Amino acid sequence: MAKRIDVSDLNVYYGSFKAVEGVSMTVEPRSVTAFIGPSGCGKSTFLRTLNRMHEVVPGGRVEGKVMLDDQDLYASSMDPVTVRRTVGMVFQRPNPFPTMSIYDNVAAGLRLNGVKNKKTLDGIVEQSLQGANLWTEVKDRLSKPGAGLSGGQQQRLCIARAIAVQPQVLLMDEPCSALDPISTLAIEDLVNELKNDFTIVIVTHNMQQAARVSDRTAFFNLKATGEPGRLVEIDDTTRIFNNPAEQATEDYISGRFG
Amino acid sequence: MSTATDRRVPGDAAVDDAVAPPGGGPSRDALAEMRNPQRSRAVTDIVARVVMWGAFLVAVVPLVWILGTVVAKGVHMLTSSTWWTGNQRNINSDDFGGGARHAIEGTLQMVGVTALIAVPIGVLTAVYLVEYGRGPLARMISFTVDILSGIPSIVAALFIYAVWVTTFGIGRSGFAASLALVLLMIPVVVRSTEEMLKLVPNELREAAYALGVPKWVTVVKVVLRTAFSGIITGVLLGIARVMGETAPLLILAPYTKNFQRDLFNGNFPTLPMMINQDRGDYALATAAERMWGAALTLILLVLLLNIIGRAIAHLGSVKK
Repeated sequence: MAKRIDVSDLNVYYGSFKAVEGVSMTVEPRSVTAFIGPSGCGKSTFLRTLNRMHEVVPGGRVEGKVMLDDQDLYASSMDPVTVRRTVGMVFQRPNPFPTMSIYDNVAAGLRLNGVKNKKTLDGIVEQSLQGANLWTEVKDRLSKPGAGLSGGQQQRLCIARAIAVQPQVLLMDEPCSALDPISTLAIEDLVNELKNDFTIVIVTHNMQQAARVSDRTAFFNLKATGEPGRLVEIDDTTRIFNNPAEQATEDYISGRFG
Repeated sequence: MSTATDRRVPGDAAVDDAVAPPGGGPSRDALAEMRNPQRSRAVTDIVARVVMWGAFLVAVVPLVWILGTVVAKGVHMLTSSTWWTGNQRNINSDDFGGGARHAIEGTLQMVGVTALIAVPIGVLTAVYLVEYGRGPLARMISFTVDILSGIPSIVAALFIYAVWVTTFGIGRSGFAASLALVLLMIPVVVRSTEEMLKLVPNELREAAYALGVPKWVTVVKVVLRTAFSGIITGVLLGIARVMGETAPLLILAPYTKNFQRDLFNGNFPTLPMMINQDRGDYALATAAERMWGAALTLILLVLLLNIIGRAIAHLGSVKK
């Protein structure tokens, strides 16, 4: 169920502003890849190009190539809606649909795409909530509003919602930045389990988190303010944190700046 | 494995220095200066309170007054059952009583048809402006809606008269009046729906897109659904706006005292026109009390629609 992502020489623009420049990397299937770097260095922007979410912002466009196994995500015949069904996303702030119950939130991706069969939905909802380590907490109140859960539970609900459509890749844009340490731990444990089935890319500002959850780490940085962000290096996480190839990475992770 | 956890952050020592208290307290002069503004703040506070309460009373007193007058003078008409079942056929100005059912039905029918046309147009226009519209076309539409919302009702009526009656040669009717009301209702619905759609957080749209949901489904099932109760409120505002409109009826839908359910042919009874009719004979107590009765009935209809709308909005509102 998991696929490899190959990015070659990708530039991202918002209108005439070049936000990210010249990124090439490979994201391995069934692994966790973390993006770290200072604010505004383009890591979230780059993440959003992996499922074409940057196109939601007017003027957002890319140059370059993103391959998901042998599919070109930016081929002219490729519909962004199809891309997003294959590459799911979890956002910084938990964003369950406020009008929907817990059950409906998890079923939303399927329902809105036309799946009606109650049995199929029941099965997938349970399976997804279990996959997100939320089932035991909510199984008795599936018809209660999703917005009534705690922040950490809401974020796991959003993860359940994302995996319910059975994507190949799961993108997580700072999924723990709005959560307390206990909920963060729950999400990190979950990420560890999810990588058995999915290719996971996680953006984080928390370097310890990157060190804890990821197999590989990519460090992004700006040359200077106003310049586009770029990928400094990507390597095995242990290597990035112990013996990075670039001086800039060393400076960042040892806290000399940023 | 040594990870980032056991790194020592350089600059820790500097933190201690920063916490040291700044040298000396504020001088006595500075303290005296700080006390004075406090007194003037209290004065400002009192003045602002008085002004606000005054403004509130100025706004509320006429409202209560109108409501009180209408209820006092009209309520006894509404207690007779004929009022709710009969019409004004063969009842002259100096005759007592009669019914208002023809006008109630007429108003509801006319406003219903108006809403049926104006709500889809208004809501879809707002959806276009908020979810799709970019560039000159959207700006032009938005500008047009602004102009439309400033049109006096009599101008809207004359426009429909010029198109419907003069150009197409179709006679005056309840439906022609409905068309004029549509022109008045659309901008209200567009503007209020627009505001409600803008309140829907972008994160919800993104959440839906990220699930591979096409844009139009996102708009229908997530955006409109989330804004539903607000949209209903806007529609009600629009209905309340057109329900009491009289100018288009004067020009396009002449009054009849009879039951008339055909919106497309001939005269058409409505509450504002019934009020207008009896106003003409206000010197007669019989006509005057009918006028007040019809006025109260109109207010009650608006109130009732509001209650129904609020109930619908409550059922569909965001649950916590």
